Amino acid sequence: MVKKRRLTLRTSHILWLAPLAFLSLFYFYPLGSILAASFARAKGGAAFQLLETLASPLVQHVVAFTFGQATLSTLLTLLLGLPGAYLLARFEFRGKSTFQALSGIPFVLPTLVVAAAFNALLGPRGWVNVALMGLFGFSEPPIHFVNTFTAILVAHVFYNTTIVFRIVGDFWSHLDPRLTQASQTLGANRFQTLMRVILPLLAPAIAAAALLVFIFDFTSFGVILVLGGPRFATLEVEIYTQAISLFNLPMAAALALLQLLFTLGLAVIYTRLSAGLARPLGLRPQRFTQRRLLSWRSRLIAALLVGLISAFLIVPLAALALRSFTQFQAGSRLASGIGAPSLVWTLDNYRELSINRRETIFYAPPSTAIAVSLGYALATVILGLALGLPASWALARDQNSTASRLLDPILMLPLGTSAVTLGLGFIIALDRPPLDLRASPVLVPLAHTLVAFPFVVRSLTPALRSIRPRLRQAAAVMGASPRQVLSTIDLPLVGRALLVAATFAFSISIGEFGATALIARPEYPTIPIAIFRYLGLPGAVNYGQAMALSTILMGVTAAGMLAIERFRIAELGEF
Amino acid sequence: MPKKLTFLFNLLAIGLTACAQATVAPTPTAAPPITPAVSGSQTLVVMTHDSFAASADVLLAFESAYNVVVKILPSGDAGTALNKAILSKGNPIADVFYGVDNTFLSRALSEDIFEQYNSPMLANIPEAFKLDPQNRALPVDYGDVCPNYDKTYFTQKGLQPPRTLEDLIKPEYKGLLVVENPATSSPGLAFLLATIGRFGTDGYLNYWKSLVANDVLVVNDWESAYNTEFTAHGGTRPIVISYGSSPPAEVIFASTPIPEPPTAVITAGKSCFRQIEFVGILKGTKNRDLAEKWVDYMLDVTFQQDMPLQMFVFPVNQKAKLPNQFAQFTTIPVDTAQVSPDVIAANRDAWLQAWTEAVLH
Repeated sequence: MVKKRRLTLRTSHILWLAPLAFLSLFYFYPLGSILAASFARAKGGAAFQLLETLASPLVQHVVAFTFGQATLSTLLTLLLGLPGAYLLARFEFRGKSTFQALSGIPFVLPTLVVAAAFNALLGPRGWVNVALMGLFGFSEPPIHFVNTFTAILVAHVFYNTTIVFRIVGDFWSHLDPRLTQASQTLGANRFQTLMRVILPLLAPAIAAAALLVFIFDFTSFGVILVLGGPRFATLEVEIYTQAISLFNLPMAAALALLQLLFTLGLAVIYTRLSAGLARPLGLRPQRFTQRRLLSWRSRLIAALLVGLISAFLIVPLAALALRSFTQFQAGSRLASGIGAPSLVWTLDNYRELSINRRETIFYAPPSTAIAVSLGYALATVILGLALGLPASWALARDQNSTASRLLDPILMLPLGTSAVTLGLGFIIALDRPPLDLRASPVLVPLAHTLVAFPFVVRSLTPALRSIRPRLRQAAAVMGASPRQVLSTIDLPLVGRALLVAATFAFSISIGEFGATALIARPEYPTIPIAIFRYLGLPGAVNYGQAMALSTILMGVTAAGMLAIERFRIAELGEF
Repeated sequence: MPKKLTFLFNLLAIGLTACAQATVAPTPTAAPPITPAVSGSQTLVVMTHDSFAASADVLLAFESAYNVVVKILPSGDAGTALNKAILSKGNPIADVFYGVDNTFLSRALSEDIFEQYNSPMLANIPEAFKLDPQNRALPVDYGDVCPNYDKTYFTQKGLQPPRTLEDLIKPEYKGLLVVENPATSSPGLAFLLATIGRFGTDGYLNYWKSLVANDVLVVNDWESAYNTEFTAHGGTRPIVISYGSSPPAEVIFASTPIPEPPTAVITAGKSCFRQIEFVGILKGTKNRDLAEKWVDYMLDVTFQQDMPLQMFVFPVNQKAKLPNQFAQFTTIPVDTAQVSPDVIAANRDAWLQAWTEAVLH
């Protein structure tokens, strides 16, 4: 027995090797370097700087706001996400995979584009306000959206609901429905079944999704800046202001460290919780768990849910897509009564994308941007899975080992790290051959993988943990090597979760802007980079092109997600 | 066990190879290919912000003249790019840095990242642009940040457009102005400096309080202000803080050809702040000769005349001619609000805090 235990530990150590080497080199080393260099500039030393930062009323206010908005945003996201996850997990209906792919698009869109989408819908001259003014004769737009706290919450829900769909929905879709049936046979009503059977079984997946959503909201940057406006600042916004605008590196480092400690705290709580929550389950293939919408009742529920989710997630996308087929017509302005330029339908925004009007050196046709984006995304998926799978496997195998308990929370840290801090860290740490990557495009997929890695781990671990250990033991007893156990038991059973993980890695890479902007080669821009170039210039044509390219980004994302969906390693798991 | 290691490392290698391949992805069809590294040719690395742009043939002309490959390294927004240059001071990532403006100049000079270079081209540049007497940072271009207004709005309302900063606090212009947050936006900071230059350190906060009383709208970025809130693009505010070059850009990038810009600029009475951008040779470069050639090239007529249509900034070289649409549709302010880089550096933090207190709380 003792001997076997040691063997297991050694297997785990080897599994940890690649993920930890990667994190050490591309995360801890750059992060440590920039924090050290920043604190070296502090007048009274690091400890003094930290104390001073903590004592500042401004910082306390920012911390309180950061926690408050993240908590509210996470709760609202779960409120919309859990019913949606139920719908996707338990019912089968036509267009479901398209619906799921569409609901994943918000996750990849750059903030400025999302702001444009909401503005087309809820802005002072957006469709909703114009319709309300027309209907009720208001003289002023009745809805104020931009620069409000509500805008922050709505945008966070818009961005992150797909995380709940994917992580909880996928897990739910494999829960054995017989458990529910048994509960009801034993006399429980639907509510009791939900509270006593379903939710406890789902708890690990809900906790994982909530943690990811919370950390995303907690470190929110673009949403706060663009939709929240100047009256709101999260820690991440304050770090940017201190580091870039004021060049107060010690203060920025102290804040970055603070944000990191909060993230670590959350991750530790999560690890503790999830250790108690996870239980081995007989996961069932989806074809046994899902039913068609046969009764009127179920059709009604499904229609209501689809409508609700679409209103939040898909209507803004549609508004954006419609906007890309229109242009403001300068000539028609004087004729129109309301004093605003009128929109006309056109394909010019798309035609213009393929024209290099200024013969500028860094012009890239949309095909190039799409190819570059897909290239980086593919690399991120491969690298993310190659590193995330062994880490998740190690976490799942030895859930209660010291290594797992120590490393699990640490894996979440890249998500809670200030992007600007890490970006500056790359500059000072990776500056000597063979790792002089400061100007290398290889840094792009590496940076994307850092963000994707926690997602891959969180998607895979609950599924891997729910595999009955007896299956593994039986395989081992029958003489299977650890690798055979992996390839014949674990991998097939978590096929779906692998797809979820791959989808996350793909989405993160294809939508990432911050890190890419700092390191991408200008002649090979990704789609988000190209969008920003157009948004940064005045003139109707540039804005139109940004909208057209955003619509292309949505299309590429949806296509990519559907393609991953079709990639049926999952079939293996559907026994 | 070693087998498993090999397996993992193979996976990693596949990933890394894929990354490497992604970077040499397809060649853009419309842009001319970047000159391949001819044997013996050198590489000159130019670090800059992500608004950098140039004509393909202008860049190629330099590359073929000196048998060099110019690698442009956009490194984020202007502030981020500068900070990266400062942090890599001991082991510079590039030979030349372009794009530090007068609001950041003191930071670059006090961090001592540039080598002195007395370019012969400086002879053609007016003294007013040379803010560093030691010529470590050499002026390349300038742009004025001014209030822009939507001409159609004022015609339709039969309202006289505002002409000065004082006009903006009058009741007839209540609720018409949108500005950018100086803490997060470069034109936002420039406009704050314009008000400081115009009303002095004693008067600017009162002016801002009057703007707040007159219902000024503050957003964080130029994109939101100009593309979303400005009436010319579908918003509700007919006056916006933007650039003096925005009107010609409106003509050049109009969806259908228009004879004149739909917008105009308020330039009278020190209502604009002039942003001047500088280039410098980074300390520790191993290509000092080529770096000098590049700086000369940026200050020479060819590059200077290329800049307006590429980056929508104005040349500092007096011999450079403006493109037609620029000459026709821009009003270059005679008198701009002045605040020196040293004063900006010394007070930036305090001004931003005072502004935040007065305007946002």
